[in-house]
Amino acid sequence: MRFYISLLVVCGLLTGLAACRKGASVVPGDDTHVGADSLRNGFYLLNEGNMGMNLATLDYYNSSTGIYSSNIYSAINPGATKELGDVGNDLQIYGGKLYAVIALSDKVEVMDVHTAKRIGQINVPSCRYITFYKGKAYVSSYATTAGGTSGVNGYVAEVDTATLQVIRTAGVGRQPEEMAISGDKMYVANSGGYSASNFERTVSVLDMNTFKEIKRIDVAVNLHHVKADKYGDVYVTSRGDYYDLHSKLFVIDTQRDIVKDSLAAAVSDIWISGDSAYIYGVEWSYVTNKNTISYGIVDIKNERMLTNKFITDGTDAQITTPSGIAVDPTTKEIYVTDAKDNLLPGTLYCFSPAGKKKWSVTTGDIPGHFAFVRN
Amino acid sequence: MPAKDTAATRMLQGVTIFSDRSNPVSPVQTLSGIALEKMNSLSVADAMRFFSGVQLKDYGGLGGLKTLNVRSMGTNHTGVFYDGIQLGNAQNGTVDLGRFSLDNIEQIDLYNAQKGVLLQPAKGFAAASAIYLQSRKPVFREGEKTHGKVAFKTGAFGLVNPSLRLEQRLSERLSAVVSSEWLHGNGRYKFRYTNGTYDTTAIRQNAAIDAARVEAGLYGQLKDSSSWQAKVYYYNSTRGLPGAIVSNKFLNGQHQWDRNLFIQSSYKKQFGKRYTMLLNAKFMYDYVRYLDTAIVTVDGPLMNRYQQKEYYFSSANQYKITSFWDVALSADFQVNEMTAVNLDHFAIPTRYSTLAAAATQLHLGPVELQGNLLATVVNETTKAYTAGRDFHKLTPTILVSWQPFREEDLKIRAFYKNSFRMPTFNDMYYSTVGNPALRPESAKQYNIGTGYTRSSGGFLQFFSLQADAYYTHVKDKIVASPGRNFQWMMQNIGAVDIYGIDASVQLSPVLLPAVKTDFSVKYTYQKALDKSNPAEVNYKDQIAYIPVHSGSFIAHASWHKWDVNYSFIYVGERYFLNTNIPLYYMEPWYTSDVSVTTSLLFGRKLVKLTGELNNVFNQYYDVVINYPMPGRYYRLTASINF
Repeated sequence: MRFYISLLVVCGLLTGLAACRKGASVVPGDDTHVGADSLRNGFYLLNEGNMGMNLATLDYYNSSTGIYSSNIYSAINPGATKELGDVGNDLQIYGGKLYAVIALSDKVEVMDVHTAKRIGQINVPSCRYITFYKGKAYVSSYATTAGGTSGVNGYVAEVDTATLQVIRTAGVGRQPEEMAISGDKMYVANSGGYSASNFERTVSVLDMNTFKEIKRIDVAVNLHHVKADKYGDVYVTSRGDYYDLHSKLFVIDTQRDIVKDSLAAAVSDIWISGDSAYIYGVEWSYVTNKNTISYGIVDIKNERMLTNKFITDGTDAQITTPSGIAVDPTTKEIYVTDAKDNLLPGTLYCFSPAGKKKWSVTTGDIPGHFAFVRN
Repeated sequence: MPAKDTAATRMLQGVTIFSDRSNPVSPVQTLSGIALEKMNSLSVADAMRFFSGVQLKDYGGLGGLKTLNVRSMGTNHTGVFYDGIQLGNAQNGTVDLGRFSLDNIEQIDLYNAQKGVLLQPAKGFAAASAIYLQSRKPVFREGEKTHGKVAFKTGAFGLVNPSLRLEQRLSERLSAVVSSEWLHGNGRYKFRYTNGTYDTTAIRQNAAIDAARVEAGLYGQLKDSSSWQAKVYYYNSTRGLPGAIVSNKFLNGQHQWDRNLFIQSSYKKQFGKRYTMLLNAKFMYDYVRYLDTAIVTVDGPLMNRYQQKEYYFSSANQYKITSFWDVALSADFQVNEMTAVNLDHFAIPTRYSTLAAAATQLHLGPVELQGNLLATVVNETTKAYTAGRDFHKLTPTILVSWQPFREEDLKIRAFYKNSFRMPTFNDMYYSTVGNPALRPESAKQYNIGTGYTRSSGGFLQFFSLQADAYYTHVKDKIVASPGRNFQWMMQNIGAVDIYGIDASVQLSPVLLPAVKTDFSVKYTYQKALDKSNPAEVNYKDQIAYIPVHSGSFIAHASWHKWDVNYSFIYVGERYFLNTNIPLYYMEPWYTSDVSVTTSLLFGRKLVKLTGELNNVFNQYYDVVINYPMPGRYYRLTASINF
């Protein structure tokens, strides 16, 4: 009899506990009202999320309502297995579609630009950045040209934006990062990041008529971002080697395909707006074991630093680790994100063109990439 | 029946699994003998899940890393001792408890603070908590020279696990034991992820493992009544690392090979009635090869090789001044070396650790008082780049217990312990992650508790209640923040306040004649709050992977030749990062395991057969985010004692 009582107690305990599991559900995002705006631009923000955590998330700021919505992808696309994916690395809009490069999920997620509804995906292993030219998408990849482990060079994949299929690939240097188009040439930054003792130093130049690498321009170690300006120049950033070689900004003359100038500024990301390139740098040093943080604006017409301060009200003291930058194409408001220690939700700051803080809002993890929508 | 079969005959009768053990000065949980045998567990890690105050970090499957986090302080704060000598890993500071099969383990003890004895190596006083694994010692009946055990396990995950144990009496004063096993499995199991709309079931891939363990020990008694033992341990494994399950990517291509060898020896001698000496020595060699085919460097796929050597010597001395007053002095010296191949900017460090502990113990009637002061000096050199700073620290511990009633084994106990953990070689030197400027991470523990044990011949054959409440402050917590663009950071930025309660009840009531029953209920309450930065959104949020409520329940019944065991474990809701928002939320999980064992005599050999069904209700869950655990699975074991 006592035994049965014990059994009953056990069963009761089990049933009680079973009630604690709420069952699987979609994680809802948050809406925050951060202040109305007279203008009609909004933007998407891609949060990278930490490696292995599958925490890449998409936020949207509607500037006509002033509402900032976090983690919108999961709620809009509940049928997408394991959500957006692992480590978002680039976000672009082209031809009515929103492209999110999810590096460790080996895919570019393609969504409708107005609804963020999933259209499909482009399969490119170890994808890094995306750019567009004459109706086609181009995705850089760390994966080797031949696939598997043969060869060391990465590639750029040409993608049909209608079928989302890779048409062909062009081999470039090791671990290519961002690309920029100037004229009918593509400039690809090679990092060589997998071999720290032997970083790449070159920019690959691709002829877009043949989609073949036609030359390499020697620049500096561990290249990362590439942006083309309207004066026929291409800006390339070097991350340095985290020891004696510092992060720097280089200017390539695309007529002659030579490095014509360099600026001693640490650049982690760069956003060109008009004649100004807004930059920030988070430079890690294994000599001091510290991050050095810097901000600045480069005059791209005359290729010189205009200022090393665009946040003018002291808010920069609150930003631990800047992780993204953007300037509203219409209002010229400046957006800066803070990834903090990378393990906390980040913060997005909005500054007036004069560098005064207007508002800030909590984002996903490691906010980093902006894409502006015009209604 | 002939007299020499009485031991075997006794094993065929129903037995109670809890041992009568008086309450020691520090909180302890023990699994030994029959209780350990009845657990549905393959490894030490599986068995220790059922303790209170612990969280097992389990990456899943046969080969997945399994480490224990005691009282939310982090794995590195727990020392793991094998036959009295610490198992070290200067590279990552953790011991994979999944690699220690229960096959050769006689007893597992988990002490909060430390083992409450004086005669122990200085390292025994160092960690915030300590796990003691006691390997099976050879035991012989009168006139017996050789005996052993052959066992075979098989089941889900393609498990094939034969083992052999041989015990040999070499002389009156010397005996030897050899224990070996081979574990093989494809590691494949079904897992499922769903958010209510998508619902995906897949098979875990690249999780195969092949591991061999050989252990040999000598146990000797000398004429002067001193005793010694020596042991060689060798472990060799190759395993796939299945990685995190993320969107669009369910397969990863990492692989790891491990070789671990250690030789250790201890010698204990009593001089006269007052002085006892304990000497310990150890050499350890560890080799890890890691392959990542997804990362192609200029030299081909990324292949790292790590080699570690550890040399250790310890002398512990205890002196009885009066019948109620003991003093002890222990000194340990340890050298850790590490080299790495194909790891850029690796410093090649050597660490010299010197530990000296002075301890005292007073028995004042019902009050027992222990106190010790530990001095640690760490010197570090590197062959290249920057070495960590030299470091020294004094850390005290005080333990006290009071037995209010002479007739009852009821004790009130309390302790204060100040301890720290050194940054590991990975923390400090791992190529693009390490930070040699790191300081040790320190913990201050305050604990008050009670223990009550009663054995009787009546309805309640055994009853034990243990309860402890504690507060721990961890500061300078070493936080790895994996970042973007190859930039990682290791920093002393964390602080955690932990408020906890560990409680357990064990009882063996006579519910039915001829049936022995045992029950164990354990409960853990943990508020582990992030106190790193008052300005941050997660200030005072529960830290990652720590449930507020967790617990376990074990029921065991034994009837003649049959044993039935039911184990239940519950882990409450958790967050996988240090901020308590819905995005980081993890649901509670709970599993039920059932096993049936029967024994029979085959000739004069004792044969045991066990069938297990684990995770009976087929619950899919992650212990570590995106590392799925198996659903329902079974295991069969057969063994013959000869």
